[in-house]
Amino acid sequence: MQLTVWTYEGPPHVGAMRIATAMKGVHFVLHAPQGDTYADLLFTMIERRGARPPVTYTTFQARDLGTDTAEIFKTAARDAFERFDPDLMLVGASCTAELIQDDPGGLARALNLPVPTITLELPSYQKKENWGASETFYQIVRGLATEAPAPKPEGAKPSCNILGATALGFRHRDDVIEITRLLNQMGIDVNVAAPMGATADDIRRLPEADFNVVLYPEIADTAARWLERQYGQKAVRTIPMGFQATCEFVREVAALAGVDPEPVLTQHGSHMPWWARSVDSNYLTGKRVFVFGDATHAMAAARVAKEELGFEVVGLGCYNREFARDVRACAAELGVEALITDDYLLVEETIAALQPELVLGTQMERHIAKRLGVPCAVISAPVHVQDFPARYAPVMGFEGANVLFDTWVHPLVMGLEEHLLTMFREDFEFNDAAGPSHLGGHAKVEAAAKPKPEPEAAPVAAQAATQETISVLNWSPEATKELSKIPFFVRGKAKRNTERYAAEQGLETISIEALYDAKSHFAR
Amino acid sequence: MSDAVTLISPTTEARPVLRERGQREVFCGLTGIVWLHRKIQDAFFLVVGSRTCAHLIQSAAGVMVFAEPRFATAIMEERDLAGLVDANEELDRVVDRLLSRRPDIKLLFLVGSCPSEVIKLDLSRAAERLTQKHSPSVRVLNYSGSGIETTFTQGEDACLVAMIPEAPVASEEAPASLLVVGTLPDIVEDQFARLFNQLGIGPVAFFPPRNSQSIPAIGPNTKFLLAQPFLGETARALIERGAQHLPALFPFGAEGTTHWLKAAADAFGIPELHFLAVVAPGRERAKRALEAQKEHLAGKSIFFFPDSQMEPSLARFLSRELDMKLIEVGTPYLNRQLLSAEMDYLPETVTLSEGQDVDRQLDRCRAAKPDLVVCGMGLANPLEMEGISTKWSIELVFSPVHGFDCAGDLAGLFARPLYRRSVLKV
Repeated sequence: MQLTVWTYEGPPHVGAMRIATAMKGVHFVLHAPQGDTYADLLFTMIERRGARPPVTYTTFQARDLGTDTAEIFKTAARDAFERFDPDLMLVGASCTAELIQDDPGGLARALNLPVPTITLELPSYQKKENWGASETFYQIVRGLATEAPAPKPEGAKPSCNILGATALGFRHRDDVIEITRLLNQMGIDVNVAAPMGATADDIRRLPEADFNVVLYPEIADTAARWLERQYGQKAVRTIPMGFQATCEFVREVAALAGVDPEPVLTQHGSHMPWWARSVDSNYLTGKRVFVFGDATHAMAAARVAKEELGFEVVGLGCYNREFARDVRACAAELGVEALITDDYLLVEETIAALQPELVLGTQMERHIAKRLGVPCAVISAPVHVQDFPARYAPVMGFEGANVLFDTWVHPLVMGLEEHLLTMFREDFEFNDAAGPSHLGGHAKVEAAAKPKPEPEAAPVAAQAATQETISVLNWSPEATKELSKIPFFVRGKAKRNTERYAAEQGLETISIEALYDAKSHFAR
Repeated sequence: MSDAVTLISPTTEARPVLRERGQREVFCGLTGIVWLHRKIQDAFFLVVGSRTCAHLIQSAAGVMVFAEPRFATAIMEERDLAGLVDANEELDRVVDRLLSRRPDIKLLFLVGSCPSEVIKLDLSRAAERLTQKHSPSVRVLNYSGSGIETTFTQGEDACLVAMIPEAPVASEEAPASLLVVGTLPDIVEDQFARLFNQLGIGPVAFFPPRNSQSIPAIGPNTKFLLAQPFLGETARALIERGAQHLPALFPFGAEGTTHWLKAAADAFGIPELHFLAVVAPGRERAKRALEAQKEHLAGKSIFFFPDSQMEPSLARFLSRELDMKLIEVGTPYLNRQLLSAEMDYLPETVTLSEGQDVDRQLDRCRAAKPDLVVCGMGLANPLEMEGISTKWSIELVFSPVHGFDCAGDLAGLFARPLYRRSVLKV
């Protein structure tokens, strides 16, 4: 048993739902009790979908367990087929149904439906959401893409598939648009984008493409490897997130397609490189960032943070163990230790200990950061309603690089403001507790601090938001006071450095002198 | 409604109810944890279940409770099922870790789930064992919130039943006392407490309490009012403890609230004139507030999908006080005894339905073209996309809606989607 407060991933059948919902003309019959229907709201509320996910739940109850839950499954599957008239049926079981072992696959076969029916084995007590999505997509591709393509006519345009976008993905909708546009600019046709928007027939046509673009390895890597083995389709594995990675992606694609990358590379139109080089971005240099998310987004974000914004990456991790090796290698290159865990509490502890100036994470890290008073931008699923903006906001491709610059820089205190905060520590309205002047958060703290007739939850929240992390254990009172004069956005770093210095020097108490000694020590 | 208030007696005549078996689109009882864990401030809810359970509560709760929640899930893994480790030992280990992290917890609920019920993990024995181990600092209780046994609000019912044995026994000599049963927002409790005080009814206690150390005493002189219609098992357990149920309409709207208060006033021998004098100002305020919402709601038709078991009571309020036309009132479970008064107040023309076959119900709903649909979050946006206005039902469980001073707000929850549709030009 694992004690879990919050979870990064849902169960594997939610992954299967993400595939079914992303595709067209697919219906998924899930053997599951009524509570599992909560999963619908992930799609209808968080993603604001205007249609129910194409999922029928059998919703068996305790009183059915002694009788015939298998019959309930068969009725549900038959009714669902008649009502929704899908081109492809998926059948599977959620965690509870897995225990009662009704064999949805066998039951569905017995119905002899006139459309392909794919049985999903989703071991709920071992695997999680991304695995479920990956497995579902793989089984669909394997089940439908069975015919080798006819030879291409001479002089046909190069074409590729874009693989991996699903429902409930982090910015998948806009990434696919952006990358399709980029490929088209290079003179490459997109044969099929899947699973998002694909029909069963589209999946059958996958082998017709010259190669595959794997945008989300968590979802599409397994299927892409199978396509490569089966039909010799090469896969582009560079994730075009960030300016440089997008350029590399263009080169890799161009080499596979036999086209010239230069026109696209010289006319990229991205503002990001200049925004990063422009003099006002100087203050971003060396900002300490902690990066956490799914492996793909976390690794790409770490590289952008370091090489394209000039931040210092002080921590990197992911919650999906399947990609732990890649993340460890990436972390080693950055000189940090990788944090591979799906334990939210451990991530929180790590962030608190590292005291970064910016957190790039999931919605979970956003909440941790909020509690610790650290700015944060979201870079990865699990998603929240805010991660589905109304505007066009890809994180991949050249436009995606622009979006990353804006969303990561926005939460920070601006350059000159930093200086003013440092110079005039005691200004009554413009100070640390007030927070960045272009963001609204500080008003709440002030309001909550005033005595109110119903003071129940508010003061606690306010306290958490402004809580200082200065431990006075072995700090002299003078040094503690001096430390508090350092602005909040660098205070954590100063404190850590000083304590490390004190430990190295074997100091028992940290004096003002030790504080400044440490400053000069680490200024090397 | 005339000024004199008389309680109607339940009729024996049964009305036709449409019963359906098919796909149900409702939460399981675990969802109740989302409000219960905030109500009882020193209690913690540990679901013993699967990753799905953890994901469900987190998704149902959205991000509202990202502040250190007083709930968690002990996620069962392959080896817990395969018998490689004793699930009970694992559970003890998880509870130890939890309690060492949260020493402020005085009451721990082990909450059963679908998988724990299916593998027949005996949580009541585990609760006894863990109580012995952690006594006296922590008391451990258990109930099931599993979706194979409970629907949404039934989770609260099960939780309250589990707490009743913890209540001290009030002796036969104890003076008559009033117990208000069902989680209410703190502000609503305070409003009711003031009214009971003015009426001269007391002592009054609320259950569940805000703190596990103050569970009210229950005995033969305890008279109780249900604040929520979904507490059938709790009512039965209280009656077994000797308490007396005061049947009434549920306190939604001016009429329901008056009726509900009257049930208590009659039981405590409060003179009619005094009762009327005390409730008059609140009733007037409620009626005034409802007038404002009536222009959006009167004559509009409404269709309820089953969700919280509050549907018949809310339908009665909307039909009688706001002149809405009821098409279908669905409820996951119709407790005929507790709702007999409500059913007598519902118009004959309405279709009452119990259970669900969601696809067929959607067919009926589309055919009826209601002005407003009350449904869960999984159905709301799809219906909106089809051009049908909706009110998501979970808000009715999460907002202060009881009593005179919330009547206008309750009506406002139904009026807002219609008003919004009328102002939007996109």
